[in-house]
Amino acid sequence: MNTFYFIAFLSIFFSILVISAKNPVHSILYLVLTFFTFTIQYILLNAQFLAIVNFIVYMGAILVLFLYTLMLMNLNKDSEPFKSNIVKIAAVLGGGCLFVVLFACFRQVGIAEPVVLKDPGLGLVKNLGKVLFNEFLLPFEISSLLLLSAMVGAVLLATKDPKTV
Amino acid sequence: MELADIIIKFVLIVIIFAISLVVAMYSTYAERKVAAFFQDRIGPNRAGPWGILQPLADGGKMFLKEEIIPTNASAFLFIAGPSLAILTACIGSAVIPWGQHLTIGSHVIDLQVTDINVGVLYIFGVVSLGVYGVMIGGWASNNKYSLLGAIRAASQNISYEISMGLSIIALLMLTGTLSLREIAEQQHGFWSHGWFTWNVFRQPLGFLIFIVCAFAETNRTPFDLPECETELVGGYHTEYSSMKLGFYLFAEYINMFISSAVMATLYFGGYNFPFMHHLGLTENWVTILGVIALFAKIIFFIFFFMWVRWTIPRFRYDQLMDLGWKILIPLAIANIVLTGVIGTIFK
Repeated sequence: MNTFYFIAFLSIFFSILVISAKNPVHSILYLVLTFFTFTIQYILLNAQFLAIVNFIVYMGAILVLFLYTLMLMNLNKDSEPFKSNIVKIAAVLGGGCLFVVLFACFRQVGIAEPVVLKDPGLGLVKNLGKVLFNEFLLPFEISSLLLLSAMVGAVLLATKDPKTV
Repeated sequence: MELADIIIKFVLIVIIFAISLVVAMYSTYAERKVAAFFQDRIGPNRAGPWGILQPLADGGKMFLKEEIIPTNASAFLFIAGPSLAILTACIGSAVIPWGQHLTIGSHVIDLQVTDINVGVLYIFGVVSLGVYGVMIGGWASNNKYSLLGAIRAASQNISYEISMGLSIIALLMLTGTLSLREIAEQQHGFWSHGWFTWNVFRQPLGFLIFIVCAFAETNRTPFDLPECETELVGGYHTEYSSMKLGFYLFAEYINMFISSAVMATLYFGGYNFPFMHHLGLTENWVTILGVIALFAKIIFFIFFFMWVRWTIPRFRYDQLMDLGWKILIPLAIANIVLTGVIGTIFK
């Protein structure tokens, strides 16, 4: 349990650094560390497959692409878009409203009973596969369709219109 | 876990670590000798007999050179880049089964640091993390050539990871497990039930895709565009000197060693060799011979890496992307379908 609190503290610490870092590339690197702490949390929960998939997909692929894009964009202080004061005030108001809503929500929340899994080995590949392909087959397949449509959409956006070429 | 077990694991880790470093050191020597052989030269022959002390001389030079951190570079990330590269290169060896098990007295020692049940994915994760060392170093140098090298490394790694993953999926459909130990056990011996047991004979196309992707992931010629010296001076390590450069070069050789070990384990039977239980030897001798067999396979693959490097010229960038996205990915998907169909027919 103590490990949990320590790792949770690290997650929050790094995620605050993500939004407070001046340099966008540093932000992404802190985000990598944040995701790494999530991986550790999954391992603590004995969800090995989820941990390693989080590791490969988020740290190994998505954030590499983020970093790639940021490096290409060459964000310097000079080229940083000008933010007017009105935008800043609006952002503070919006954030304050969100805080009030969240605070109101969390006041109502009591401490829940800790969830006890029926099968502690649920996160292992074999069990996870059986659950996904038996009990949750339909949602699983539908989510794959969702990803496919996103891919097709991305390709469509990226390809040039043949008429304009 | 008893104290004895912890000590055994610790010793095993130290030995594997030392072996990776020694193999990487002598790979640099072997690379130069192989290159010399291919180009009809003699190669390094001054330090020690046949030049075998050359890696030590190189290492000494690397350590003693002046360390330069460019003024406009971000110093922390500039140092973090090569450190991360060598770290990710070294942690891959944790899940590779180096042999069966040795019995010494009452202790049974598994020649593997840890047998996690997602071993293949662990290797895959470490490989996908490897690109950060190159990217961070290239970006932190604050040099356009380095940045271009870093960007090339990122796009190349991401592109070839996809087909590598797809080729592994076809393999997993056969093995039904993600544990490298179990995959190695399934390829026991060499011949059973009228067919070869090694996966390369069951997944020839998958192996071909995997080895091409392994070349791309280790940034070896013909895929060494991140450090393409004809266009980018030195690519991502243009600004590096002394041991920080040494770490980048070293990481490449360790990666080569680890990916050779992974290929040998996944497709070439790992520590298994023909007639392993028909020679009438004790368990321990079979294990030791198995370790030697695995290292013979690894050394063959390392030689193959060098053979290709000194034979084939570098790809052009668009050719690299075409090969990755338009040839390897459709081939890998076809391989999955083929494996599924054949698996269902011969069930």
